[in-house]
Amino acid sequence: MTTTIRLQREAFDVAAETALLTRGRTDIGAVVTFTGLCRADENGDPIAALTLEHYPDMAEAEIARHVEEARTRWPLLGVTVIHRYGRIAPGEVIVLVVTASSHREAAFAAASFLMDYLKTRAPFWKQVEKVSGNTLVDKIWVDAKAADDAAAERWSEPPSRREAAK
Amino acid sequence: MKLRYFAWVRERVGKTEEEIDPPAGIATVGELVAWLTKRGEGYAYAFENPKVIRAAIDHNHVRADARIDGAHEIAFFPPMTGG
Repeated sequence: MTTTIRLQREAFDVAAETALLTRGRTDIGAVVTFTGLCRADENGDPIAALTLEHYPDMAEAEIARHVEEARTRWPLLGVTVIHRYGRIAPGEVIVLVVTASSHREAAFAAASFLMDYLKTRAPFWKQVEKVSGNTLVDKIWVDAKAADDAAAERWSEPPSRREAAK
Repeated sequence: MKLRYFAWVRERVGKTEEEIDPPAGIATVGELVAWLTKRGEGYAYAFENPKVIRAAIDHNHVRADARIDGAHEIAFFPPMTGG
């Protein structure tokens, strides 16, 4: 399986990263891409930008562990995960997950799984710059969301229970 | 061992990292947090609600009952908000 994990300050090109993963391959039948973007609001309040702090060595190790976990769960042919850090303005990309497989089910499921875990287990922290007009009002650390924990939790049910629930 | 702090834990403690040599008897992450809390106002503020603090030993998530012997680097941080 082709695996690419990158943590970087600069933006990325979704189409270029997807092409890189599938170039020269004729066994890949499905590619799912998820792109996370910076919004101009946080809980309804306007923001000028967000800044992502991270724990570099651990972030890379933690993402690699979850890519490995995804590979054992689904028949994947390629995975790319790129996560930015530093200051990011509204409209800019934050995170990219690309999963490739022979068929779509594995690609969809693995992309969803990886994003749910990135949200709750990868050591990144968002701080937003709240503004009123053009004036910076406050810098606030974003609170973790219970919904994100619940989304990640659904993958930790034993496979037998997952199958039974279908 | 080296301690590292991130996000608001880092801001409250007032440093990004430090070398410490905890006294004998501090065996777990939870006991280390309790010991750190007594080191000053910043620490007390950072760890005022220990339940929300997450910890990692040598780049692996751990719970409060994890043993710290043999650890090279222990990190403390709030719940993660990446993605």
